[in-house]
Amino acid sequence: MTTSPEEARPVVKPKPGKAGPVMVVLLALMMLWYVFTVILNTPWQKDVFKRADNKDWNMVELVKGTMAQERPVLPAPHQVATEIYKTTVQKKITSKRSLIYHSRITLTTALLGFLLGTLLGIALAVAIIHNRALDKSLMPWIIASQTIPILAIAPMIIVVLNAVGIQGLLPKAFISTYLSFFPVAVGMVKGLRSPESSHLDLLRTYNASPSQIFWKLRLPSALPYLFTSMKIAVAIAMVGAIVGELPTGAVAGLGARLLAGSYYGQTIQIWSALIMASILAALLVTLVGLVGAWVQARFGFRETQLSGKGI
Amino acid sequence: MTAESEQKSDQVISIENLSLTFQTSDAPVHALADIDLQVEQGAFVSLIGPSGCGKTTLLRVIADLETPTSGAISVNGVTPHEARLQRAYGYVFQAASLYPWRNIAKNVALPLEIMSLPKAERERRIKANLELVDLAGFEKKYPWQLSGGMQQRASIARALAVEPALLLMDEPFGALDEIVRDHLNEQLLQLWAKTSKTVVFVTHSIPEAVFLSTHIVVMSPRPGRIHEIIVNDLPAERTLDVRETPEFLQIANRVRAGLRASHSYDDIT
Amino acid sequence: MKSLRGALVLIATVAAAIALIAGLWIGPLISVAAFIALFVSCQCGFSLLRTDPMDANSSVVWQDRAIVIAMLSFGTVFGSYVLLHQLGIFESADSPEPGFAFYSLVVSIWALGWLLVEWLADIDSRRGFVRRILGVVIPVLFGAGLLMLWEVLTRALDVPQVLLPSPSAIAERFGNSLSVLWADFKQTFLKAVLIGYAMGCGSGFLIAILIDRSPFLQRGLLPVGNLVSALPIVGIAPIMVMWFGFDWPSKAAVVVVMTFFPMLVNTISGLAASDHMQLDLMKTYAANYWQNLFKLRLPQAAPFIFNALKINSTLALIGAIVAEFFGTPIVGMGFRISTEVGRMNVDMVWAEIAVAAVAGSCFYGLIALIERMLTFWHPSVRSGR
Repeated sequence: MTTSPEEARPVVKPKPGKAGPVMVVLLALMMLWYVFTVILNTPWQKDVFKRADNKDWNMVELVKGTMAQERPVLPAPHQVATEIYKTTVQKKITSKRSLIYHSRITLTTALLGFLLGTLLGIALAVAIIHNRALDKSLMPWIIASQTIPILAIAPMIIVVLNAVGIQGLLPKAFISTYLSFFPVAVGMVKGLRSPESSHLDLLRTYNASPSQIFWKLRLPSALPYLFTSMKIAVAIAMVGAIVGELPTGAVAGLGARLLAGSYYGQTIQIWSALIMASILAALLVTLVGLVGAWVQARFGFRETQLSGKGI
Repeated sequence: MTAESEQKSDQVISIENLSLTFQTSDAPVHALADIDLQVEQGAFVSLIGPSGCGKTTLLRVIADLETPTSGAISVNGVTPHEARLQRAYGYVFQAASLYPWRNIAKNVALPLEIMSLPKAERERRIKANLELVDLAGFEKKYPWQLSGGMQQRASIARALAVEPALLLMDEPFGALDEIVRDHLNEQLLQLWAKTSKTVVFVTHSIPEAVFLSTHIVVMSPRPGRIHEIIVNDLPAERTLDVRETPEFLQIANRVRAGLRASHSYDDIT
Repeated sequence: MKSLRGALVLIATVAAAIALIAGLWIGPLISVAAFIALFVSCQCGFSLLRTDPMDANSSVVWQDRAIVIAMLSFGTVFGSYVLLHQLGIFESADSPEPGFAFYSLVVSIWALGWLLVEWLADIDSRRGFVRRILGVVIPVLFGAGLLMLWEVLTRALDVPQVLLPSPSAIAERFGNSLSVLWADFKQTFLKAVLIGYAMGCGSGFLIAILIDRSPFLQRGLLPVGNLVSALPIVGIAPIMVMWFGFDWPSKAAVVVVMTFFPMLVNTISGLAASDHMQLDLMKTYAANYWQNLFKLRLPQAAPFIFNALKINSTLALIGAIVAEFFGTPIVGMGFRISTEVGRMNVDMVWAEIAVAAVAGSCFYGLIALIERMLTFWHPSVRSGR
């Protein structure tokens, strides 16, 4: 009684561990990266051999060569890793060549903006659920503004704020703020509205005041939504911080490293900045997730599972 | 319904010494143990028992949705797997499980499309079966526009559209309210009388089982097994009024006694 | 609620009274507008005092409301007209500076506008079409009010063009540079965004289908895809510019990478969204893999796929515009924004942003419309959200 392969696939019942498959996928991606390194860098390497009048190069030499170029089309993973190691561990933190120095700037910007944006988003959400006029007039705009590429304003904000004398961290943080503000506001409004009417009715039978309803019911039930949108917000705050560093002319920060790298064709530098930014973003998202899980556990939620559609 | 094997040709379902054990992380669960059951052509068999007694699992084994660990089972003289590939049965689930993106006619057409029937034949079967369950005129409605009872009737029409000789029903009316349920019970009985299909019907309602069935299989849990098979000798022509008769109550009492004897309430968690 | 309205009425009244008195020296128009504003705000106040929240639906209250709304609309519109008119006078050479009266009137009209929105938001019609009209009218009023305030303040306060140009200045610039804007739109949206979007979403979808038969790969790719979706992928822009050159293909490539993962992750989740009963049903019909895919699992996945399409519509525009910051031929929305910002032509930047906003919301709206048509059956669409 075997099932023929053409048939409907039965659902996988128990949830097997993810670690194994994830490792395999990551390993496969790494292999793919190496393969592309060889393919993409081969023309240049052949050129190098030609110029050196080295006619009898063999395959091993070629492959080795493709992974040791100074400005490869695609640097090999280990080249990027070495570069990151060199620019983090072997450089002083205060040095302008230290990736940690640049990461810290971007990270501070992103976190400051994220914090402001989250507070603003929560405040606005609270105002919106308590005022019908705001709900009906402002909410549609907030939702609509999620569909437009607000990131495009970034250079203008930097330059305009520069013009009025605000410089440094704040203009960049503002970009992160308004980017992270929208998802938090929308998610929080959704969350504060999420209690079922029976739960609200129960509190009404106790003659609970609006503030009691807020603290005892609305806020706790909004927490899963809040943290889901905060994860989105922190990721986009990171993007905002990086993009915010572009128009100031590549002074400091990971975005500046990207831009400087692209000016001078320093691919290894671009890739290491990119990988660093990705690591930071992943850490931030994970951190927000962990804080969320901890807070929700304190409020007595079990593992929250919002629908796969997100918010 | 006897275990006499010389009548095999008449048996739509024949189960001998069947067991099914689920492997879970902590301990194996004996969902079914030593099941012997013969279902004759044209019988209406109810499987009744408390939750966890394996009645749904047994139905799923017949439908080849579960694979038994040991024992023999044949449906229409072949394995359940072959029977499924021949589309030998119609299955009605606890919930209507209609596709919300298809209207009622299209939902009934679903199995017919999968069987690649010609369009004319599909149209004929849709019309005939919707009429059979009293849903003519609702072809263009979407499932969410109908009441729970109507949805379940549509899902019965969908099962009947396959034109199977065997109908497997898994608590089809469990989620409906009493009055709708009574009504559908009566309709189902008429349908069965009209079409002379074989029905295997899972329920946990005693009145429903007694009202509908020719045979009532009382099952008990841990491990899931057959406690008793009660033959229902009420006349085949039944109306809802039959439930007031002493004969009905007597059979119902036998079922209740069987259920009570089959397990003690202490071990219900 | 009531205390907020009380405060607004108070602000409107006091401001109107000040404008009335101070305006006597400026001109009759301001005085008339201030008088009307004063009258309307007082009516609002009376109505507030009269209204008994317990029977808010009685016909008397309805009448009262209608009158107040009518008066508020008139007061706000007339007041706005006077303000704009007065602005024109101030900007002519030998005129007085906008004074105390003017700003008081601005405050009063602003408060009246807010009160109008408050009153309109109170209408709780059971009729669907009234509600839909209100759902459009209120936000539009709000947006118009904001534009109005922006216009009046930037012009009256003489805010430097570099800081914040007035909406009228932006509109003028928009009208004067239609050909440039169109060329940028063509370069960025019609080429980079649409092509990259189609390729990214298409490949994400296809890969999801391809690995559908391998639960192992799905378990591995789903967390990786989710993680990658959260990374600052726009950062690959400089690399793509190096690989694919300055023109639109490099931007399209960024868009492809940015849109690929959300689509992959959503399609995988969507294909897993069918419940056991539905899958069992298909099994009882002995449906084969493709029948199961096309008749059950893809329709079931449609809301997820559309979700990705919607997220990606915004991501694609962001990707293309930001990628242009890293180098382009001399056309494109991102190029225009970064160069005009450098030249301090902020009004042109705003015009370009307006194009981006309209393009973005239309793109999104179009996909949302198709979604409503195709997944009409889904509860979230049925409930009219």
